[in-house]
Amino acid sequence: MDVLKTRAQELLASGTVQTVIGYGQGSNGRSRALFAQTPQAAETLIWDDTCQQNLATYLFKPEIRQKGKAAIVAPLPVLRSVLQLASENQVHDGDLIVLGVNGGELTEMATLQEMEAHVAGRDLSLDARDHARLQELDAMSLKERWQFWQEEVARCFKCYACRAACPMCYCSRCTVECNQPQWVPVPAHQLGNWEWHMMRAMHLAGRCVSCGACGRACPLDIPIHLLTIKMEESIFQEFGIRAGARAKAENALSSFRAEDKEQFII
Amino acid sequence: MDFEPKIVAFVCNWCTYAGADLTGTSRIKYATNVRIIRFPCTGRIDFMLILKAFAQGADGVIVSGCHPNDCHYTSGNFHARRRWIAFKDLSEFMGIDMERIQFSWVSAAEGAKWAEVVNTTVAKVRQLGPYTAYHEMAAAGIM
Repeated sequence: MDVLKTRAQELLASGTVQTVIGYGQGSNGRSRALFAQTPQAAETLIWDDTCQQNLATYLFKPEIRQKGKAAIVAPLPVLRSVLQLASENQVHDGDLIVLGVNGGELTEMATLQEMEAHVAGRDLSLDARDHARLQELDAMSLKERWQFWQEEVARCFKCYACRAACPMCYCSRCTVECNQPQWVPVPAHQLGNWEWHMMRAMHLAGRCVSCGACGRACPLDIPIHLLTIKMEESIFQEFGIRAGARAKAENALSSFRAEDKEQFII
Repeated sequence: MDFEPKIVAFVCNWCTYAGADLTGTSRIKYATNVRIIRFPCTGRIDFMLILKAFAQGADGVIVSGCHPNDCHYTSGNFHARRRWIAFKDLSEFMGIDMERIQFSWVSAAEGAKWAEVVNTTVAKVRQLGPYTAYHEMAAAGIM
C-alpha cells in the first residue's frame, strides 16, 4: 500500500515520530513486525492479508519508548487494543500516531477522540469463524467440553507465547511468576496448564478485543483464543460492555452496577 | 464405604461468618461436611481459591457473603458478584461442574439460612458423588 509507505516516510523524515511500527515481509510467506526508524526502512512496509499480528503489544517495549514517539499501523484489532490500553491508563493522548488501515484505506489518527469516532463506525462483532467455533462448543454437553479442553490444554508446554502476543498482558510481573504463594504450578503438567489457561481467561475478561493473536501465537495450535473471546462475548451479554470501544471506559470487572442480574446466587 | 462430601466454604467475616456463628448459638444442627474459611470480604475471594479447593480434594464449594447493599466495605460484594458471573460463564465453557459451586448471600441474622445453604449443598454434592474428574487432573501433576 503506497499511501501507507509514503505517509510513514513523511512522518519519519519530518521527525514527527521516531519509529513506525508496522508489518514487513517475513519468511515462508508470512509477515512479521517491522520497526522502521528511517524513511529508507519504511520502504519495506507491507499491508496485506498476512498481516495478522497485534502490533499494540510492542507499544510498551522500552526499546521503542526510549526512542520517543511512535506511529503504529493499525487494523481494527490494533486500534481497539490502543483504546483499551488508553482506558487502562497505559496509553495517553498524544503518545502515538495511529495509521488506521482498512482494506486499501488509510486513516491517520492523532488523538484518542479520533480513534473512538473511527471505531464507533466499525462492526465490532465476532469473526464468523470464531463465532461458529464458539457455537459448536456451546452445543456440546458439559462433559464433552471438559474432555475437549482437557485434551487441548494437555498439549500446552507453557511457553507463554499467548501472553507475549497479547497487548493486554502488560503486567511486568504476571501472577504465574508470583511464588509466594505459588498460584500456578510451574511445570507444564495438567493442573498447572489448566489453572494457567483459566487464569489467563479470567484476567482478560472484559479486556479482550478478540484479535485472536494468542491463538495464532500458540506453537501447538491450541485454540486458547476461544477462551478469551468467549469471555468477551459473555461480558458483552451480561453487562453490555465491549472492550476497546472507548478511551475512557469502565473496566467490566473493576466496576459494577447495583442492578447487575444473575440467577444463581441464593 | 459411604461417600462423605468434602465442602469448602469461603465466607466473609462480617455477614456469613457471623451468620454461621448464629447458627451455632441458636443450636441449629447442620451437616458437618463443611470447612469454613473466613475472609475479610467476598471481594477478597479470588476465583483461583475455588480452583485450589477442588485441586486439594474438595467435592463442593460454597461462597457466601453479605447481601447486596450490606457490604461492610460498601461495594466488595458487588465487585465479587460481577466476577462470579464471569467465572460461572468461563467455568461452564470449560466444562467445570457448576452444580458443585454454591454462591449465596447470608447475613449475620440468617443463622437458619446458613444451615439450609450447607445442608442443601451437601445433599446435592452427595448425589453428584466425588469430583473425580478434577481430582484426577490435579493428581496428574505435582502440587
